[in-house]
Amino acid sequence: MEVQELQLTAKDFKSDQEVRWCPGCGDHAVLNAVQKAMAELGIAREQFAVISGIGCSSRFPYYMNTYAFHSIHGRAGAIASGVKTANPSLCVWQITGDGDALAIGGNHFIHEIRRNIDLNLILFNNEIYGLTKGQYSPTTKEGKITKSSPFGTVESPFKPGQLVIGSSGKFFARTLDTNIKHTTQIMIEAATFRGTSVVEVLQNCVIYADKIHAEITDKQFKNERQLFLEHGKPMIFGDNNDKGIILRGMHLEVVEIGKDGVTEADLLVHDAKSENPFIQMMLVNMGLPNFPVAFGVIRAVESATYDQKVERQIRDVQATTKIKCMDDLLRSGSTWEV
Amino acid sequence: MAKEAKIIELDKVVIRFSGDSGDGMQLTGTLFSDTSALIGNDLATFPDYPAEIRAPQGTVGGVSGFQVHLGHSKVNTPGDYADVLVAMNPAALKASSKWTKRGGTIIVDIDSFTEKNLLKAGYKTQDPITEDKLGDFNIIEAPISLLTKECLKEFGLDAKSVLRSKNMFALGMVYWLFNRPMDHTLAFFEKKFKKIQVVVDANKAVLKAGYNYAETIEALTPSYLIKPAEIAKGTYRSINGNTAAAWGLIAAAEKANLPLFLGSYPITPATEILQELAARKDLGVKVFQAEDEIAGICTSIGASFAGSLAATSTSGPGLALKSEAIGLAVITELPLVVINVQRGGPSTGLPTKTEQSDLMQALYGRNGESPVCVIASSTPSNCFYYSFMAAKFALEHMTPVILLTDGFLANGSEPWKVPSMADMPEIKPRLANINNKEYQPYLRDDETLVREWAKPGIAGLEHRIGGLEKMNITGTVSYVPENHEVMSNIREEKIKRIENYIPLLETEGDESGEVLVVGWGGTYGHLISTVELMRAEGKSVSLAHFNYINPLPKNTAEVFSKFKKIVVCEINLGQFASYLRMKHQSFHYHQINKVQGLPFTVQELKEKIEKILEA
Repeated sequence: MEVQELQLTAKDFKSDQEVRWCPGCGDHAVLNAVQKAMAELGIAREQFAVISGIGCSSRFPYYMNTYAFHSIHGRAGAIASGVKTANPSLCVWQITGDGDALAIGGNHFIHEIRRNIDLNLILFNNEIYGLTKGQYSPTTKEGKITKSSPFGTVESPFKPGQLVIGSSGKFFARTLDTNIKHTTQIMIEAATFRGTSVVEVLQNCVIYADKIHAEITDKQFKNERQLFLEHGKPMIFGDNNDKGIILRGMHLEVVEIGKDGVTEADLLVHDAKSENPFIQMMLVNMGLPNFPVAFGVIRAVESATYDQKVERQIRDVQATTKIKCMDDLLRSGSTWEV
Repeated sequence: MAKEAKIIELDKVVIRFSGDSGDGMQLTGTLFSDTSALIGNDLATFPDYPAEIRAPQGTVGGVSGFQVHLGHSKVNTPGDYADVLVAMNPAALKASSKWTKRGGTIIVDIDSFTEKNLLKAGYKTQDPITEDKLGDFNIIEAPISLLTKECLKEFGLDAKSVLRSKNMFALGMVYWLFNRPMDHTLAFFEKKFKKIQVVVDANKAVLKAGYNYAETIEALTPSYLIKPAEIAKGTYRSINGNTAAAWGLIAAAEKANLPLFLGSYPITPATEILQELAARKDLGVKVFQAEDEIAGICTSIGASFAGSLAATSTSGPGLALKSEAIGLAVITELPLVVINVQRGGPSTGLPTKTEQSDLMQALYGRNGESPVCVIASSTPSNCFYYSFMAAKFALEHMTPVILLTDGFLANGSEPWKVPSMADMPEIKPRLANINNKEYQPYLRDDETLVREWAKPGIAGLEHRIGGLEKMNITGTVSYVPENHEVMSNIREEKIKRIENYIPLLETEGDESGEVLVVGWGGTYGHLISTVELMRAEGKSVSLAHFNYINPLPKNTAEVFSKFKKIVVCEINLGQFASYLRMKHQSFHYHQINKVQGLPFTVQELKEKIEKILEA
C-alpha cells in the first residue's frame, strides 16, 4: 500500500451517482464514515478497490469514486480475495451484509478469514433481507416474525464475531450506524491493520427491521448498554462511567465501581492483541439483558497475510530457478532432438 | 546374436498394460511411452482407470489400464485394439482381452491366476482361456510374481514392497519384446527413489530380470522393432493435454505481458492443470486453490478486474457451479479463460471417463442472453495452442472464453515438437491509459465492439462495474428498456465478430465429395484415422474438424455445401449436430454418437460411415 502526502476529503470519494438507499437507512452513515476514513488514510484514490456482493448495502460501490465492483450474491469475498492476491498493492474493501456474507457467502467468508487476506470486510448487520423485502437472515434473532417466518423463526442465529474467531480470524471489530465518529475511527483501524479486518456494523433497516438494534442504540440507555473497548484500557461503561467488567472464574461479570470495594484496578483491561481468543470470544458473545454490548476492536492480532506469503513464495522460487521464461520451461526436463 | 535374426519390423503397434488399480499400470505405461518417444517413435496414449483410488482388489471394476500406440509413421489415436496385452491378474484379463486383437499376444502373471482371484474376476471355471475363448491368442504364462520374489529375496524388503515391483518385471519383458533400451527407466529410478537406494536397486534388478527372462524363453520370439517416425526436426517432449493447457496459459500471459492468475478447485480430470500451474512459481504464476468451484472462478474474476490474465480450470459439475459467475464476466466484459475438461455426466457421472457432453452447457448454460466464445482443442498437444488462443481472444475481445478439452485429451500424451515463443501469435490486450480524455467503461472499438480494460491503480481511470445492466458507453446502472436490448445485442454481436479473427474451416481429404465427416474437439485422432483409412480404400470421404465452436468459422456453410452427405460424429447424443442444425439449417445432418465414457474406435466409425456412404 503506497502512502503519500495527499490532501483528500470525504467528498473526493463520492461518485456522481445518486445514492438510492431509503431515507433514514443506516447505510448512508456507513458510506459517509468509510469515505471519511479513506480520506484520512493518506492513500491515493486510485489505490482503492471496493468490492461488494448483492443486497442493499452492496450497492455501495456505485457511490464510490474509486475502482469498484458490484458482483453477485455471496461472492464478494471470493472476488475481493482475487483482487488482493492479484495486486497486493491495492487497498481492498469488501462491502457485504448478513445475508450476503453469512448465508449464501458463508463459505467464502470463513475461508477468506482463515487465509488472512489483507482486506477490510465491512459487514452490515441489520438482521434482515432488505432487498428481497423482509425475510429473516442468519443473524435474525430466534422467534422473530418476518415475511418468511410468519410464526417466528425456529433458527438459532450466528454471531459474526464467533465465526471470525472460529475461523482463526485476526481482526474483529463492532460498531454501529448511529455513531459515525466511532464508525469512522474503526474503519481507519481496520484499514491500517494488515490482515482480514472484519467490521460488524449494527445497521438499521428502516423498512423491514426498524429499530432492530434500538435496545442497544437508543439514546436514553445507550451508555448503560454499550461498552466501548480500547486496547490497554479498563472496560468501563454506564451513564456515570461507574460500571465495569471483571473476570470471575471463567465468566464475565458486570460490577459497579465503588460498590463492594470494587475499584477501577479490578476491572478487566482490554487486550485486543492477545493471541488467545478466550476473553475476546466472551466479549463477542456479551449482550443484553445482563451485559452491555461490546463495541470497538475486540481482536487485532497481526500475523503474515496470505497475499504477502504468495508473493514471498514466488520471490523465493524465482531467486534460485533456472526457468526464467516460457522458452526455458518448454525445453526443461525430458526432451529429445530429432 | 541370435536375437537380431528374429526381429520383425512393424509400422505400428498397440500395447495395453492392464492390472489392479494398485499395480502401477499408469507408471508402467508412462515409462514405456517415454522410452519409445525418446527413441523417436510417434505415439499416443490412453490411460483408462477407475474413479476409486483403491477399488476392490482383483475385481473387474478395479482394473486400471494404460494403452499406448507406437508408430514409425504418424500416430493419431491410442489404437482401437492392442497387439500386446499385459494382464497382471485374472480381472485384467477379463476386462481387457476384448480390447486385444485376435491372434495378439497376451502376457499374464500366471501366479495371480489362483482360484480365489479367478472367482473375484467373475470367472466361472478355472480355465479363463477356454472360458473367454482365447485359444487363438499367443498366451504367455509368465510366473511374474514368483520371479520377482526370487529376484528380490536378498534385498531385505517386506513382502508388500516386493510384490509392488512386479510391474517392472512385466515392463522389462515388454522392453525386450519391443527392443527398447532401459537407460531412461533406470535413470528414472535413480531420480524417483534417490532417498532410498534399496528401492532403486530393487526396481533395477526386477526390470532387468524381466528383460532377461523374456530373452530366455522362446515363447516371446520374435521380437519387434518399430523404427523412429519420420517427423520434423526439432526439440521434442512428451506432453499430455492438461499440462499443455496449463502451459498455454503461461505462454499467453508472457506474450501479453500480464501476470497469470488461476483460481481453481480440484476436480477429476482437470486437477492436473491446477497442480501444474501451482508448480510454476518460477514464472510468477499465482494459483489460488479456492474453497469451492464458485470461489475458483470468482477469485479469477477479481484478478481479471485487477488486471491479470485470469483463468479457472474445471470439469462438467464445476462448470455448472460456475455458471452464474461466467454471466458476471459476460456482463462486466472482463477477460477470463474457463478450461473445462469434459467427463461423463450428468452429475458425478463417470469422473475418470471421457465425453463431449458439456457442449450445450458451455454454449448456453447460463441465465439471460449470455454469449461466450467457445473453443475446443483436438489433440493432447494442441491443448497448448488452443489454451493460448483462448487467452488471446479473452484479452483482445474482453470476454470469457470457454476452452473445451476432455478426459481423453487431458490424460493422453504424445510427442510434441515444442514451439518457440517467438513464433507464437502476438496478444494485444485492449488496455485503457490515462491519455484518454475521460475513461468510459463501455466505450467500444467500432470494429470489434470491445471495451477498454482499466486496471486499478491508475489515477484517472477509476470506474465502477458490476452485475447490474449498464448504460452503454458510460457504464452507469441502467434500467432503461431500450438500453438493455442495445447491450444484449452488442454482447451477442461482439462474440459473433470474433469470426473475423479465427481461421477458416479446412477440409482434410477432398474439398468436395460423397461424405463429409464432421467432428469437434477430442475425436480428431479417431476421425482422421478413419477418414485416411477409408480414403486409402478409394472411398469419397473427407473430414472437417472444428476447433472454433462459437463463433463458427465463416465458411462453414460453404464447406458443407460441397458434399452430398454430412455425418456429425461426437461422444454424446448429438449436441454439436443440434447446434449445427440451428446455425446452418439448410443441411441434413447424419449422426454417429457414442456415450460409453470411451473414445470412438476407428473400426466402429469406419463401419458406420460406410453404411451412411452406401445408403
